[in-house]
Amino acid sequence: MLLVCDKKGSVCDVFPLLALTLYLMAKLVVKSPTQHLRTACMSDLVLLCCYDAHYIYGSISMATETTTSEVSHFIDEFDKEILAEWTSQQLSDKSRSAGVSNASVQNSSEEFLKLFRDSIRKGNLVDTDSLEWQPTLQMLSDLSVSRATQGSSPTETANFILSLKQALFAKLVSNSGKSTAGLESSAWALWTILDKLALHTTEVFQKSREAVIRRQQKDMLEMSTPVIKLWDGVLVVPLIGTLDSARTQIVMENLLQKLIDTGSQIAILDITGVPTVDTQTAQHLLKTVSATRLMGADCIISGIRPQIAQTIVHLGIDIQDIKTRATMADAVKEALRVSGWVVNRHAAEGNLARGTV
Amino acid sequence: MVVRSKELRYIRTEDDIAILRTSVKRIVALLNFGPVSQTKVVTAASELARNVFEHGKGGLVEIELLDETDKVGLRMIFVDEGDGISDVTRALEDGYSTTNGMGLGLGGAKRLMDEFHIESNGGGTRVSVTKWDLKA
Amino acid sequence: MKIGQTLLVTIQVDFHDRVALALQEDLSSKIVDSGAKGVLIDISALEMVDSFMGRVLGNIAKTSRLLDCHTVLVGMQPAIAITITELGISLKGIHTALTAEHGLVILKKMIRTGELEVLSDGRQV
Repeated sequence: MLLVCDKKGSVCDVFPLLALTLYLMAKLVVKSPTQHLRTACMSDLVLLCCYDAHYIYGSISMATETTTSEVSHFIDEFDKEILAEWTSQQLSDKSRSAGVSNASVQNSSEEFLKLFRDSIRKGNLVDTDSLEWQPTLQMLSDLSVSRATQGSSPTETANFILSLKQALFAKLVSNSGKSTAGLESSAWALWTILDKLALHTTEVFQKSREAVIRRQQKDMLEMSTPVIKLWDGVLVVPLIGTLDSARTQIVMENLLQKLIDTGSQIAILDITGVPTVDTQTAQHLLKTVSATRLMGADCIISGIRPQIAQTIVHLGIDIQDIKTRATMADAVKEALRVSGWVVNRHAAEGNLARGTV
Repeated sequence: MVVRSKELRYIRTEDDIAILRTSVKRIVALLNFGPVSQTKVVTAASELARNVFEHGKGGLVEIELLDETDKVGLRMIFVDEGDGISDVTRALEDGYSTTNGMGLGLGGAKRLMDEFHIESNGGGTRVSVTKWDLKA
Repeated sequence: MKIGQTLLVTIQVDFHDRVALALQEDLSSKIVDSGAKGVLIDISALEMVDSFMGRVLGNIAKTSRLLDCHTVLVGMQPAIAITITELGISLKGIHTALTAEHGLVILKKMIRTGELEVLSDGRQV
């Protein structure tokens, strides 16, 4: 009891509701195991709602050496029964996602429990970042990813871990005939570790989402910045949307490579599709022109609408000596001219009807 | 994020700058960075190493390989015990269209890399730069 | 290597700062010795240009000009062009060309007129 009250101090710093839960747990543990379980489940719910709080239990380390060895022995001894109880509980849970098969539940539970036992046997009940826990964390990372592809929500995957508490607790209580003090510290140590592991699965889920988004962003960027060969020696880069630094990088890489590949010396940067031009956008354009010139080619910027022209002057942006044109058509004419191309129209050629142009 | 490995290099002579470039080149090639990223990293390393040598009275660089779910990273931490930079903000000001920055190329190194941190006082300077590349 | 009035220099890969400075000196002497009016520097094998190398290249161009010789860099890799731009290195006074052929054409024009000329595409030479 005293031990618990001591710890309550540090828990309160971090999470008042959980502190209350802990207190209730301590109060109720002798009276009624089922009530205890309910409050433990309540704490799990709250925990799941705040899965961003990584270090909830950082300041608490109740796992003393005796606790560790007690827990380790406990799990070793009742390994099969705990597994049976846990899997039967999961299999009977109707809210389980359809994508997760019964066999999968059985396999994952067995594998996890084995790794869990191994890690605990190594003696570290506090720090899941340590080497002893790496295999378990790896297994959970893989599980989180595979469950996600099977359609499980992150909460479901986290519940996989947290549901183990029920089986563990049932066994702890039935085994605790000897001392309740041992029961408290064992339960607490186990809960702490399981919570950390559950948080880990949610974190992995989140990180893999972020990775998907990054990949999609990259693909989108590459698709939306084509460099087109307009004519021998003339390239066109139609810029659509905002010109940010990421896109500027892609434009530069694609354009410069294409200049080499085609031996072109003129590139038309068309900004008709760029909604606004501010100082940043202008910098990016100037950067692109700079790089092009370093390669021995040059740029013409086309698609300068009247408002953009005014903005550029208003902002005091120095377009230096870069050629600009209002329309792409004019830019093309200029590009052909400096490349030495002459376009002639013959009265007898072509079959489109013509008026005067 | 996991730090996969660390390497320490001393920057004492002018040759060390070129040697560092070779090492970094080897590392970014091993990490399969894109060609432009490779050049950027090597160039930034060269610039920052040169600073350590020329202004920092020599120092060292710690190279870390970083690993995330979908990307790999290279972090270089340049440390020297020189006089420090009095005005860091001004030093970062060099733009590709201006010639400020006190010749330290810090702004350039910052633009070449994805992450840039600098601490500098009378006891020395510490510059940390990181570049990421998505795994294939 | 000498092509008529033009010197062709190839820079290999990456080298120590000392080598870059040595190149600067060697080149000036060669220009005087050969009376060359143009230098074509092939940097297609150069993998990196930092601010130091940028200064060396700039100095080469300036020194050559003083010796009545024009310099053209050819074969710059895209990665280097991008890096130089990000670094903000100014390569003013240095001319560049996509290929050696383009470079020779530019040199010819410059040598012929013997002074600053505005090329038809608006760039000043």
